[in-house]
Amino acid sequence: MNWDNFIQISLYVLVLLLLVKPLGIYMARVYEGSSVGLNRWIAPFENWLYRVSGVKPEQGMGWKEYAVALMLFNILGLVAVYAIQRLQSMLPLNPMALAAVSPDSAFNTAVSFATNTNWQGYGGESTMSYLTQMLALTVQNFVSAATGMAVLVALVRGFIQRETKTLGNFWVDLVRSTLYILIPLSLILAVVLVSQGMPQTFDKSAKAVLVQPTKDGSGNLVSEQMIALGSVASQIAIKQLGTNGGGFFNANSAHPYENPTPLANFLEVLAILLIPAALCYTFGFMVKDRRQGWAILAAMLVIFIPCIFLTAHFEQKGNPLFSSLGIDQKASAFQSGGNMEGKEARFGIADSAIWAVATTSASNGSVNAMHDSYMPLGGLVPLWLMELGEVVFGGVGSGLYGMIAFVIIAVFIAGLMIGRTPEYLGKKIGAFEIKMAALVALIPHIFILIPTALTLLLPAGKSSIFNPGAHGFSEVLYAFSSAANNNGSAFAGLGANTAFLNITLGIAMYFARYWLIIPILAIAGSLSAKKIVPVSQGTLPTHTPLFVFFLAMVVLVVGALTFFPALALGPIVEHLMLTAG
Amino acid sequence: MKKTSQITSLFDPTIVGPACVDSFRKLDPRHQIKNPVMFVVLIGSILTTALYVQSLFGHGEAASGFILAISLWLWFTILFANFAEAMAEGRGKAQAASLRKTRKDTPAKKLIRPAYEAEYITVSATTLRKGDWVLVAAGDLIPMDGEVIEGIASVDESAITGESAPVIRESGGDRSAVTGGTKVLSDWLVVRIISNPGESFLDHMIAMVEGARRQKTPNEIALTILLVVFTLIFLLVTATLLPFSIYSVTAAGHGQVITVTVLVALLVCLIPTTIGGLLPAIGIAGMDRMIQANVIATSGRAVEAAGDVDVLLLDKTGTITLGNRQAVAFLPAQGVTIEALADAVQLSSLSDETPEGRSIVVLAKQKYNIRERNIHEIDAKFVPFTAQTKMSGVDLGEDRQIRKGAVEAIENYVRQQGGIFPEDLKKSVESISRAGGTPLAVAENERVLGVVQLKDIVKGGIKERFAQLRRMGIKTIMITGDNPLTAASIAAEAGMDDFLAQATPEAKLKLIREMQAGGRLVAMTGDGTNDAPALAQADVAVAMHTGTQAAKEAGNMVDLDSNPTKLIEVVEIGKQLLITRGSLTTFSIANDVSKYFAIIPAAFVGTYPALGALNIMHLATPQSAVLSAVIFNAIIIIFLIPLSLFGVPYRPMPASRLLRDNLLVYGLGGIVAPFIGIKLIDMGLVALHLA
Repeated sequence: MNWDNFIQISLYVLVLLLLVKPLGIYMARVYEGSSVGLNRWIAPFENWLYRVSGVKPEQGMGWKEYAVALMLFNILGLVAVYAIQRLQSMLPLNPMALAAVSPDSAFNTAVSFATNTNWQGYGGESTMSYLTQMLALTVQNFVSAATGMAVLVALVRGFIQRETKTLGNFWVDLVRSTLYILIPLSLILAVVLVSQGMPQTFDKSAKAVLVQPTKDGSGNLVSEQMIALGSVASQIAIKQLGTNGGGFFNANSAHPYENPTPLANFLEVLAILLIPAALCYTFGFMVKDRRQGWAILAAMLVIFIPCIFLTAHFEQKGNPLFSSLGIDQKASAFQSGGNMEGKEARFGIADSAIWAVATTSASNGSVNAMHDSYMPLGGLVPLWLMELGEVVFGGVGSGLYGMIAFVIIAVFIAGLMIGRTPEYLGKKIGAFEIKMAALVALIPHIFILIPTALTLLLPAGKSSIFNPGAHGFSEVLYAFSSAANNNGSAFAGLGANTAFLNITLGIAMYFARYWLIIPILAIAGSLSAKKIVPVSQGTLPTHTPLFVFFLAMVVLVVGALTFFPALALGPIVEHLMLTAG
Repeated sequence: MKKTSQITSLFDPTIVGPACVDSFRKLDPRHQIKNPVMFVVLIGSILTTALYVQSLFGHGEAASGFILAISLWLWFTILFANFAEAMAEGRGKAQAASLRKTRKDTPAKKLIRPAYEAEYITVSATTLRKGDWVLVAAGDLIPMDGEVIEGIASVDESAITGESAPVIRESGGDRSAVTGGTKVLSDWLVVRIISNPGESFLDHMIAMVEGARRQKTPNEIALTILLVVFTLIFLLVTATLLPFSIYSVTAAGHGQVITVTVLVALLVCLIPTTIGGLLPAIGIAGMDRMIQANVIATSGRAVEAAGDVDVLLLDKTGTITLGNRQAVAFLPAQGVTIEALADAVQLSSLSDETPEGRSIVVLAKQKYNIRERNIHEIDAKFVPFTAQTKMSGVDLGEDRQIRKGAVEAIENYVRQQGGIFPEDLKKSVESISRAGGTPLAVAENERVLGVVQLKDIVKGGIKERFAQLRRMGIKTIMITGDNPLTAASIAAEAGMDDFLAQATPEAKLKLIREMQAGGRLVAMTGDGTNDAPALAQADVAVAMHTGTQAAKEAGNMVDLDSNPTKLIEVVEIGKQLLITRGSLTTFSIANDVSKYFAIIPAAFVGTYPALGALNIMHLATPQSAVLSAVIFNAIIIIFLIPLSLFGVPYRPMPASRLLRDNLLVYGLGGIVAPFIGIKLIDMGLVALHLA
């Protein structure tokens, strides 16, 4: 850890926090239906959309109705993405004449993009046509993010409303999230990224003659390089902003065209946490107690900031085996020092560490370095952040609603400890809310641990493990931790594009997304029907440092207790063996 | 106050003995399934026992001695939890038994018609039905709960209330309810039976203490769900650890796959057995504490709700103030000396036997040194108070007629005689009213001498109790029939937050409904039949045992001491119940940290020797490490039995501080304590050469 790292990390957190309030207020106003300045241009189109599709924007939906609309819309999206991939060879905008994607990979990708996971089982530039990237993947990047935000808004309404059955209209929340928040932000970011040199074109791959011809794996002379192009910027902007993470290129944001300059890198990593962090403020604004929003944001930061420093620390410390060989791993004017395996030299330790922690704390999953090549403990942090349930920032909308489920559990235990039936924001927390919140905490764990165990036991799974030993175990655990929390980043090193993994990971992604959304909507419905209890001296304040600390502890303890044995057999033992020599 | 329960010693052999036997009886799976956490332990115990038997035949997965030790301690874990529950039940049963003694088969004099002079036949009390009439004479036990329809008698209710002073029971009014098992000391009563056998108050009370009708409360259900989810998570963790271990052994190329025995041990250590095992005991003990406070709750739900109360409605008279008003000052009219006023008013009160009258005499004597005079020496004729005149007074000879009474009555009186009520006195009258007092005007012939200030006397210590309630976050509201001015002043003096003046039963009901619509939980105490609708509407309604049957039926608790401020204790018990559960849950989960550090290195050090670095407690051997964790997990239940029976103490303080304190003790303590405990047990095992 050096000053350079410290300054970069601090600058990142500071800029992020500065943007929380303005964007938070903006989004709150969008969801409250008040004017936000863009209405002049967007409202006519928005209203036309409702008219054409027969949506009555004023008509509220009960939680079940909301859930049904959401599920139908998402299944439709899933089917469309699958169909476009399978039919891409017959569809236009396929200048490289790429073949149809295999059924299991297409299924995996369809689920992956519908669930806002964006796990990449494929190499984008060599598998997906431009049409597939644009019409299937980019569209899902928007609407899967908007789905998460809609669920959050429905939950927030559950807290605001009293003795009401409806939670708002799913279609309106979906449309407004997309038109007023995601598209404008993406547009701004995409234009800036293009200015940094990111391609935005329908041209087919460019051909470059190599200055120094080389030989490929089978000994043939190679004198030309194909440089993949495409409408990159438009997809990267939403990929970062919508916590999607599925790259245009296989190398994701480590690819120079996907992450051209230091400024592009800063903006992209900022975009990862921008909406999830600002939504905390939106939440506080909408429940008319901004301290509550800050408190949740604080609880996230209490976990997030030490995690960045830990990762940066372990990476900067470098590899003890190299030290014993006398290799210089110290930071100097000529090198960033530390463990640079799998990292871009232009990003160094700090930018890679910030990205790794941001992308896994939010369920983004884009990468600018190989997580697989991090030091064992440096890699443990991103792995564990996902295993916490993607509630530290998490996905857009989904991170905060997941965190609120933890708040409900924390409030319940704290409420008992002060001798009062627990309540949060004036809503009494009963057995039903606890049951649903506990499901939200439990389900990702099921879909991490059981498929990991199956992969390790079954020959179909074991055949994908290229690295034997504890690291191979870490890779499998990482893959399912990523899928079952809708993150999408990979430790790689795992041959993930097999039928077995495509399908098991697809199932994990699917259930971990929708089996969480439904209980969350159920909580929203149940809370909405309740009265609001006025605050008194006996009410547990949920905006104090004490509660922030307690909430962070609940998240950490549940995550630690569930994954300690698995982590001990993976990264921890790797670390201990490495330091023992 | 004498408590019904004389059981305070924790280790009363008459309770511990049967509890030990019950611990084994409760091993019945049909009983265990009700408690999912402990049911998992039972399955684990059976599984490890089977593994032990298998190891005896030479096919064991580990040394048979080790499997046996683990298996035995798992059984102990369940037995200890059963013991905690049996102890709590035992204490309840002991109380029930002492109550049941009063329910001997008493003979009853059944009347053929509801009248004292009617003929009666002697029957067994058990044959009485609702609606029958009985005669109870001095020395008889009242056979069943009933309502007095004729007569007045003093009754010894110590069997129910523990209070030895007899109480008066009479027909009509608010003192007409009698309880089966109590004894008439003097005179006689004609009682109409109001409950069938098995449904009486006493039966109800016995059932409550015995826990026969104990249902899980809403918070208990929610907590059970959370505990089940924790259990599921840890089941998942331990079950997947087996494949992880198989893979690791293959990958490392050496070591042994984790044994099922160790996996079961790990599972039992991780699942929240401490709170799971003690949960039933905590609930029963909470009920038990209510009974010790002489409050009978009709359900555990009501007890729990008491902990959540935000608003408390209290009747003024008898609760906040002493029943009677007292004279506190004499305010003379212009031109009248205070001594003259005192003298006149004392004269007029000499034979006034009302508490107000007596307090005037006392005040005159204490403050103005006017001695009591012999009424026969002075030629005095007393004029008693009548509802028509609203005055009382005295005629001294022909020319001195002293009258005292309500201001309007005196004003009329002097006007009739050609006098007027002086303006300056009207100001005094107004200021007395504003201060919450009652003015009593005094006149001699056509001349008004002054006014006497009568005041409600707020009970000593009540202000502190309300301050305590405020610290708990409970708002207090006084209900009174007084005018708003008086009410405001008394409420201020007693330190109450608000008041409802000129309260009618409808106004009370409306107030409660409004509060509830605002999301508040309302508690109320009451005794009269006119309180019944409000009691029925309130979330927590404590009826006084001296109150009417209607009030008792409308309430969900009955206070046998008939002490309206008992609600404070009820609230405390309700809170204590929740705090005990919450604290032990936190403790239980916090314990898991240390258990991981004991068991994980022990289980995998064979596969990955580097994991030995996690053995931060330096436990002797892998076997002793696992065994120490299991033993700690079992023994901690025994250690926490007293805490679960007596409850975590509740101190009124802001919620945040309470949370901080409890987190420090049970959260941080829960992390640290087992590190020490497990290490000590391990050292003990080494010392005994068991490791």
